[in-house]
Amino acid sequence: MKTIYFDNNATTKVAEPVLEEMAPLFCELYGNPSSMHTFGGQIGRRISRARERVADLLGCEPSEIVFTSGGTESDNAAIKGTLAARPHRRKIITTRVEHLAVLAVCRELENHGYTIVEIGVDKYGRLDLDELEEQVDDNTALVTIMYANNETGVVFPIEKIAELVADRGAVFHTDAVQAIGKIPLNLSKSNIDLLSLSGHKLHAPKGVGVLYVRKGTRLSPYMLGGHQEAGRRAGTENVPGIVGLGKACELAAHNIEQENNKVKFLRDKLEKVILEACPDSRLNGNKENRLPNTTNISFEYIEGEAILLMLDKYGICASSGSACTSGSLEPSHVLRAMGVPFTAAHGSIRFSLSRYNTEEEVDYTIEKMPGIVNQLRELSPFCSDLNA
Amino acid sequence: MWEYTDKLKDHFFNPRNVGEIEDPHGVGEVGSLACGDALKLTFKLDAKGRIAEAKFKTFGCASAIATSSVLTEMIKGLTLDEAAKVTNKDIAEYLGGLPEQKMHCSVMGREALEAAIENYKSGGKKKHELEGNVICTCFGVTDKEIERVIRENNLTTVEEVTNYCKAGGGCGGCQGEIEKIIEKIQGDIITEAPVSTPRRAGKLTNIQKIQLIQQTINEQIRPALRAHGGNIELIDVEGNKVIVAFRGMCAQCRLTEFTMKDVVEAKLREFVSEELFVEEDRESAQQPHNHRE
Repeated sequence: MKTIYFDNNATTKVAEPVLEEMAPLFCELYGNPSSMHTFGGQIGRRISRARERVADLLGCEPSEIVFTSGGTESDNAAIKGTLAARPHRRKIITTRVEHLAVLAVCRELENHGYTIVEIGVDKYGRLDLDELEEQVDDNTALVTIMYANNETGVVFPIEKIAELVADRGAVFHTDAVQAIGKIPLNLSKSNIDLLSLSGHKLHAPKGVGVLYVRKGTRLSPYMLGGHQEAGRRAGTENVPGIVGLGKACELAAHNIEQENNKVKFLRDKLEKVILEACPDSRLNGNKENRLPNTTNISFEYIEGEAILLMLDKYGICASSGSACTSGSLEPSHVLRAMGVPFTAAHGSIRFSLSRYNTEEEVDYTIEKMPGIVNQLRELSPFCSDLNA
Repeated sequence: MWEYTDKLKDHFFNPRNVGEIEDPHGVGEVGSLACGDALKLTFKLDAKGRIAEAKFKTFGCASAIATSSVLTEMIKGLTLDEAAKVTNKDIAEYLGGLPEQKMHCSVMGREALEAAIENYKSGGKKKHELEGNVICTCFGVTDKEIERVIRENNLTTVEEVTNYCKAGGGCGGCQGEIEKIIEKIQGDIITEAPVSTPRRAGKLTNIQKIQLIQQTINEQIRPALRAHGGNIELIDVEGNKVIVAFRGMCAQCRLTEFTMKDVVEAKLREFVSEELFVEEDRESAQQPHNHRE
């Protein structure tokens, strides 16, 4: 059975050219770039090349790129590193819809005497900017707000927020893991101080990421124990991962238009037809300001895990904000923050596409979806009229 | 991804006895949309008083649907007395096992069956009612139900109780009470086995005591409150009096008086000192703190 992969916000396929660039770095060019011999030393040039490629995609200086083990480490390093460097400010502002790599870190810091403010969103997942403006004060060390939401794809007005935060003298960090490669960035013209990205969300391998640190931003290193990354992140470099990420960023720079045309066209078709073909379904999130690849649809009266298993039978991969998929008993914190009723949150399905998806795959899914929804609704005690 | 047995998958993809029986002898309805799963079971008896037909309708995940399907098969041909003996364990075993976190699906099956039998015995009048006092307000689970899953499945931890009947899986505010119920039921077993008692500090200086109280709040109490938009703040310690303020949802919760304070007190006594008692700082709870709901 062919796999139809619509779960690209979870992880993506490694692009073939990325793998090709990585291949020699395992058994042939396996040296340590810190070594005092040519065999190892030559690797340094490949890391520099990767750093330049990442910087090109982000519109920043190569020296502002710190390689990490991924998005979660970048988020941890940004938050904890900022607080350590600015000990006198004791307040952190974030949102209720952040990824846990940010939210859990902030909530843990509350135990260490920090005040955490979580800004709310409206029913379309849009941030309350007035509330944010009200909250940023002289005591605020850090504002950390995601660029785009992983569950709904809703994009926040990050440049505007960054400007607002800069005016108050606080540091601004954004988790841009879902946005990179989909939204064009030019950090040289931006007020963003810190930005996290993850390799495996843009067709590089898992286990590599970046923390962008704007020149002049004070940050205490999170990982100690070596001089790598100019002392900002200790540990022998994940050379194949870094080189792969460099290539992936180069590809992303070329493909950003395709993401916004081809992928968006496929996503729009998938979304439109499913919403039309399935009664009592609704879109979660802001239709206007969204990533081009993501759609989050709720199906009333049925439960997300059951839908996923039905899709799985056809080889279709998606994800759900339902409680049952995570092992917790409550549905997605993002959908709950948006005030999505429990009935709809339990039956939410996220499709996240990539440039590797085809129209045939979309058509196949569109064909299967109404049947799956009907089949489960026939089982549902909340749809007795459907059976009559 | 969950590890589901082939039998479970079979009952999910090809559910048996779906629907509602017209003019049934018994109807059992349990769960709700908000809780994430719900089951409506109907049955008809034959002339000899055996279950001739049983049908179900279920909202829920694959294991909820499969347990419902399997239940209708299991009870067919049984007398009501025989059916009443079916436990959630039987249902789970029939499926070749369920993931721990999905055990509540089997409990829902047993509850629906019980409700349907009860409904029949009352001449179709009685609907399923909660028996006992509600302990978990998030999922509407009573002490009777919690006691029952503990007994029938020999549960010893709060986490297990949550897996089996959802109680304690929402805001977590009732976890202290669940612990007490477990202790009450399993007391004999627990005292027999050498259980490591929580390492309580010996004599403490004031500073050590306050630090330990703060640490206990951070590690043992706050995470549960945070799970449901609530929070707690340590205001002051005066001798053995610990003054705290509840924030967010917990501050407005009607049950604050009965549950939150008791839970906090129990935890502090367990981890810091038996002599501590908790008082709520009402004044500070009224103050706006931040914009969390």
